[in-house]
Amino acid sequence: MKKIINRIKEKIEIVSLKQRDDLYFINVKEEHIIFLLSYLKEQEGFTHLAFLQAVDYDKYNMFQLTYMLYNYDIKVNFGIKVIIDREKSEMTSIHKLWAHAWQYQRELHELFGINFPGSPRVDESFVLEGWEEIPPMRRDFDTKEYSEKTFYQRPGRSTNDPKEYMKEKLYKNFVEPPKIRREDD
Amino acid sequence: MDIMIKILYAVISVIVATVYGLTLGGVVQKIYARVHGRFGPPVWQPFIDIIKTHGKRVSISHGIMFYLGPVFRFAGGLGTYLFIPVIYGSVVFANFSMAGDLLLVMYFIFFGQLGMALGAGEGGHPYSPLGIARGLSQMSTFELPFSLAVIAVAIQYDSLNITTIVAAQQGSILNWTLFTNPFAVIAAMISLLGMNMHSPFSLVLAPQEIPIGPPVEMNSSFLAILQTNRGLFTAAKLVLFMNLFFGGATNLLIMIVKTFFIYLVSVIVGAAFPRFRPEQSFRFFLKWPTIIGIISIIFIVYF
Amino acid sequence: MDKKNIKKIEKEMKLANEGLPEKERSLFSDVRPTSVTPLNKYLEKFLNWARAESLWFLGFGTGCGAIELRPLMTSRYDVFRYGIAPRPTPRQSSVFIIGGYASMKTVKRIVRSYEQMQGPKFVIALGSCTINGGMYYDSYNTINRIDHYIPVDVYIAGCMPRPESLIAGFNKLKEKIKAGECDGMNKYAENFDWYKKNQKRVIKDWNMPDFNW
Repeated sequence: MKKIINRIKEKIEIVSLKQRDDLYFINVKEEHIIFLLSYLKEQEGFTHLAFLQAVDYDKYNMFQLTYMLYNYDIKVNFGIKVIIDREKSEMTSIHKLWAHAWQYQRELHELFGINFPGSPRVDESFVLEGWEEIPPMRRDFDTKEYSEKTFYQRPGRSTNDPKEYMKEKLYKNFVEPPKIRREDD
Repeated sequence: MDIMIKILYAVISVIVATVYGLTLGGVVQKIYARVHGRFGPPVWQPFIDIIKTHGKRVSISHGIMFYLGPVFRFAGGLGTYLFIPVIYGSVVFANFSMAGDLLLVMYFIFFGQLGMALGAGEGGHPYSPLGIARGLSQMSTFELPFSLAVIAVAIQYDSLNITTIVAAQQGSILNWTLFTNPFAVIAAMISLLGMNMHSPFSLVLAPQEIPIGPPVEMNSSFLAILQTNRGLFTAAKLVLFMNLFFGGATNLLIMIVKTFFIYLVSVIVGAAFPRFRPEQSFRFFLKWPTIIGIISIIFIVYF
Repeated sequence: MDKKNIKKIEKEMKLANEGLPEKERSLFSDVRPTSVTPLNKYLEKFLNWARAESLWFLGFGTGCGAIELRPLMTSRYDVFRYGIAPRPTPRQSSVFIIGGYASMKTVKRIVRSYEQMQGPKFVIALGSCTINGGMYYDSYNTINRIDHYIPVDVYIAGCMPRPESLIAGFNKLKEKIKAGECDGMNKYAENFDWYKKNQKRVIKDWNMPDFNW
């Protein structure tokens, strides 16, 4: 795996991170992604696209996309992270590399509002039929407020802090165990 | 006046057969449940189901043929039953049997399914044509060994009258077709497995498959008619098999015992075997049972 | 009232079917559901007994509750002994089980399936999510109270309720049916406009007839 990452490093500029023996992540720039994915698919045997997911970092004004690939020969998961602009929120479609990627892209388009030009059926609704608000997975969408506005709340709902509640109900004579000192404290 | 009494007898006979058929269905459910290690529904569950489906407050129809479908199906069951002499020598249970009634009965077995196909087709549900296609093809394939067996029986007794056939089998247990022409009986019993639609051949009506086949749109009273027909039709088929191959019955008790054991063959096979796919069951019927049926005709003509 | 007025009222009572395209409207019914008066007392009591003893249920398996419906049919729980059986089509079933949370997408299917069932029909709502949203009470996609969209007869609380509690729920439903308390169908017909208003508030792309008979 180290060899593969070194070979990639020769070609483009990346930041790599080893999480486990069978799980690696690298960060790449947006313009290298198609080259890198096709290189990994064709040359290095990462033939399986496990998922394509997004994270919204609204403070830094960016989306992070994660392409998770899998190699059946060396049994390694390989995540490729790309940061894209949140205002523009547009990404190159990869449905020509993996045909099933259109479904992930359709989902991302609906839930995060990331557009993938050229991806088949990307404008069709996925789980939200007839959604009118901003995409619900974005951080600035207040889901509780929307829920209260749209659905009917049943009165009488109350919440408890689980720790305090269990102490009160179940373990009334509970004594805190003495703290054990560890060596590194 | 004669005909009025005959009709009265036929009504009694039909009611007895329906009640018997439905109870048999309940008993069989119970047997299946015990095989699975369950308690199973009560024996009278089919009756409650029929009362409930009749007692629905609303019912949706899709047109004239949708009305006629279940009626045709019921007419098929009724017609099959009414031309079979149920008990040999009994006036009440003689029904409308006459010379050449065997052909009429075989026609009626097919007739109900065809009527049902027309009715279910108008329901407009995409699954019902699928069920019809499967049901009719399976019907055609198991009809073949059954027809061969019936031809063998007709040649053997030189008659198409069921009463004559039953009369020829009286006297000793060795006079039954089961012993005089075993090949015909084997072919016919295998086709009975398909006719009863128990497990290996239950794809058409199985609730777990493409939703329950042809009657997918049938609701309320339409379904109740189909359920009633199921009881009557089962009884009619079993009585026909008893008459043709197992020496008929001279009283009601013998009829019940014999038909129960004929049905048990289906139940044992059904409880033991998993379900066939359609093409597997078609191939099965067209292979061994058909060959056995042809052997039975050769056997009866040359030996 | 003269004939003109009656005709006018009838016209107003007809459903608009506005969600459908213009040319398809004539293919669907525009009659609203009407409430049915029960038969005479003793016959109705007998029929109620039959209805209670033969419950055919349609499992709506989109939530996690669907996983609790399967064990009901196995040898361990065996609901068949209570006269309860699964039925794959809404036309023939009399009990509708909402298996857990209902999202905005599935509530459309729930309404469709519910309206296609032939009455008297009963609804069992399974799990906390159907009562008040459960752990998804603040979700943008999970509707909180299912009884604002279809009438519910029995709730089974829990997250998830086990098959035993489902059987207890069925027995409770049986008691209620035998006592003649379950007429959700009439309730739906009488408050039809209220239910439709609630449904249309959630189902934004309404592309089906107003009443799916």
